[in-house]
Amino acid sequence: MYELIAFYLFSALIIGLFLVTVMSKNILYAMTSLAAGMVLISGFFFTLGADFLGVVQLIVYVGAIMALYSFAMMFFDATKDIKEKNTSSALVFLLGGMSALVLVLIFVGLNQANLAHPDAITALYPMTEGVGNAQDVGMVLFTKYLVPFEVAAVMLLVAMIAGIILAGKKMDDSLTEDLGADEEIMIVKDKK
Amino acid sequence: MIGLSHYLIVSAIIFSIGLVGVLRRRNLLMLFFATEVMLNAVNIAFAAISHYYNDLTGQMFAFFIIAIAASEVAVGLGILIVLYKKHGSLDLDDLASMRG
Amino acid sequence: METLVYIALFAPFVGSLFAALFGMSERRIFVGVIGSSLIGLSFIASAILAYNLYLTGTVIQVTMMDWIHAGDFNVEFGFVIDQISVTMMTVVTLVSTVVHIYAIGYMDHDKSFNRFFSYLSAFVFSMMILVMSDNFLGLFIGWEGVGVCSWLLVGFWYHKPDQDRKDNPSISPSWAANEAFIMNRIADLGMLIGIFILYWNTGSLKYDEVFAQLPYLSDSVLVGAAIALFIGAMGKSAQFPLHTWLTDAMEGPTPVSALIHAATMVTAGVFLVIRSNPLYSMDAVSGVSFFIASLGTFVAFYAASMALVERDLKRIIAYSTLSQLGYMFAAVGLGAYWIALFHLAAHAFFKALLFLGGGNVMHAMHDELDLFKMGALRKKMRGTWIYMTVASIALAGLPPLAGFWSKDAIIETAFNEHTYILWIVLVITAGMTAFYSFRQVFLSFHGEDRHTALGFDPHEMYKFVLVAMSPLAVLAVITGWFMGTYKAFIYNIGTTVQYDMSEHTHHLATYLGLLVIFVALSGIAYAYIKYGQTGDKAWKRSEKVENGFFYKLLINQYYIPKFYEEFITKPYMMISEVLWKKVDLKIVDATVDNIAKFLYVSGDKTRSMQTGNLSNYLNWMAVGAVLLLLIAAISAMIA
Repeated sequence: MYELIAFYLFSALIIGLFLVTVMSKNILYAMTSLAAGMVLISGFFFTLGADFLGVVQLIVYVGAIMALYSFAMMFFDATKDIKEKNTSSALVFLLGGMSALVLVLIFVGLNQANLAHPDAITALYPMTEGVGNAQDVGMVLFTKYLVPFEVAAVMLLVAMIAGIILAGKKMDDSLTEDLGADEEIMIVKDKK
Repeated sequence: MIGLSHYLIVSAIIFSIGLVGVLRRRNLLMLFFATEVMLNAVNIAFAAISHYYNDLTGQMFAFFIIAIAASEVAVGLGILIVLYKKHGSLDLDDLASMRG
Repeated sequence: METLVYIALFAPFVGSLFAALFGMSERRIFVGVIGSSLIGLSFIASAILAYNLYLTGTVIQVTMMDWIHAGDFNVEFGFVIDQISVTMMTVVTLVSTVVHIYAIGYMDHDKSFNRFFSYLSAFVFSMMILVMSDNFLGLFIGWEGVGVCSWLLVGFWYHKPDQDRKDNPSISPSWAANEAFIMNRIADLGMLIGIFILYWNTGSLKYDEVFAQLPYLSDSVLVGAAIALFIGAMGKSAQFPLHTWLTDAMEGPTPVSALIHAATMVTAGVFLVIRSNPLYSMDAVSGVSFFIASLGTFVAFYAASMALVERDLKRIIAYSTLSQLGYMFAAVGLGAYWIALFHLAAHAFFKALLFLGGGNVMHAMHDELDLFKMGALRKKMRGTWIYMTVASIALAGLPPLAGFWSKDAIIETAFNEHTYILWIVLVITAGMTAFYSFRQVFLSFHGEDRHTALGFDPHEMYKFVLVAMSPLAVLAVITGWFMGTYKAFIYNIGTTVQYDMSEHTHHLATYLGLLVIFVALSGIAYAYIKYGQTGDKAWKRSEKVENGFFYKLLINQYYIPKFYEEFITKPYMMISEVLWKKVDLKIVDATVDNIAKFLYVSGDKTRSMQTGNLSNYLNWMAVGAVLLLLIAAISAMIA
């Protein structure tokens, strides 16, 4: 019962919040609703029994990534409304609607197909009875997925260094008022 | 009862919302947001499948997707900052320098 | 000995490549000299091989390398030096040597002197492959090689413009070259089929292996192979109805006519039948053999009849070649292979001499070949006159010259086989041969002087050329004396080539010979009465004769070239035109063009997709993704 209520509540909220993210003209609103939606998604994870994933979702997405976005936002004028020429909504909603429809149809169809053959799929790494989710995940992650895990760690490191170098170059230059060296070059080029 | 298909349908709808965002927005930062929405939609699907098939593989994939999302944001934001320094704008229409 | 084989084979090739190095540059005498000496080297090697074979009687077989290995199909580059091939090698290289030296003088003023020698030596090389190969595939390669060289050499003066058939029956060198080439291709198809039949049924292409299996093959296979191979021989040896190319090939330079279209290449057909003698002497193919003999006899008569009225010096000699080839085929058809081969050799000597003499006349008369414009040339060209007379006597078949022995043997064979109709035709043809060859001699060298009035001032050929021709003259005289020796020599090869007259014929041989001599002499006498005299009795053109039915028929070659043109060339041209305009342009070309156009237009239209705007790209990507999703969904639904 709780599950049912939780599912429909979370679904409605998430869809609404993400619609705001996608439609809003204000970056601040969009980002806030995105963060809220992600918190609710972690709720999904908890109801699905993926406790560790839910925690990671909260820490990494809501904590780290959203913090990054909010820092980045400070470089841009976040208070101003974004003026952009949106693509004609007919095409957008046609494509979005189509994909949603087709995907839903596929999933419904898949579900029925699987109901016909319930044993068609066997678990590769089944969950262990009587063991917490975090322990279970840890067991699999550090045995079977050790190499991908380490590679992911290296990738994060590389991404971090790249982010620092890209964003940190000439941090002391003002972004909007003075002309950066690159822009000077551009102007010289334009004159030619 | 809530079944797997419920979660998958919700995931599909969220993914389509993300797709609409990707198609509709011209501001790069908003495009990033839309991308995050799509990634999260996929994560929901993975977690749901993991739950209903009693298999941890789905959660593993979700972890790696989160890791990739994190690195993408780190690098992507760096690039955005550089772009903004250069052009003073994040609008894709202003960045169309590859016209063929 | 093996070294000698390779020297004989590759010396001409080296000469050809050497001359080709200077192909584009101006005339260099040393090119001709080196080419000639390499051919001479080849001749010496061949002669040593022949002498060795004569002494020891051991057949030499060499395998140079593996050629084709594909599954069960094995062919080696192998050569065999037996009595048949060594005869051909010696004849070919000897005549080639003389012709090469002759060409140094004859082509003196030609600006493509070096190119000429390159082609000529390449021809000798191909011919050597043809005669020396120990399998049908090698023979075929040589066969095609001489075809290509013949095409190159007939069309050597390709720059000459086309003329009307009335002014020049062969139209132009390039036309004649194409005619020769195409006719030979038609015949080669037959030959290829013959080779395929043999390979299909025996699993080998080597002469020895193929012939060893002949007794086990069915009659229809044997007959099919014999007919198909003979069709190939008909093309190369210009037998009716594929004969028109040979006279037209006289458009080539005279040394070419002497070497290729008299002495060597055209006898390749005869050689092929002689080489396949185990096949043609099978009982099952006796019908085919008799057909060969009949066709040969017919061609002998037919070509001689056309030569009776021809005015063009070289074309007369070409007709006589045709006629003599007919004699050779009559002999092989009747089973007298060694006699045919002997006649082939003797004929090569005196016919090459005749052609080279004709070339001297042509050189002297500044390319004028009309006999009616010559006359009384002997005073100015004594050497050539002697050569031409010797060659003509040999051709006419008077003893003791070469032509008598070999030709008389062929006629005797026809008598011996009780094919009396063939015998009578061959005897009559011998008379006609004597008549037309002396008509030609008398018209050009005797009688009234007609050329001075027309402004010609003939002069004798260079001395060294005349000296170079002397071996041929000597051989034209003496070859016949060695007929007995040759018979003993070639009898070693096997029973199928052996042929002896019956006792009955042997008794009558003297009378038969005398009859032939009498017929030939009367032909010569008639020619003298008609054309050889001077003063009041001198020959004059008469309208009445030239408008007669037979004269017209003969001078127009029985209207056969015209027939070919009207009923084969023109309909073919029409069909080609239709296919070109309707099928090729409107269907094949149009399809290709439209594919290109479609790609171009679609590229041009979709170019606007490349806006450089990332947002547009994302839209397109989404369209593609949705399409893929749709396809996945639909295919899943269907499944």
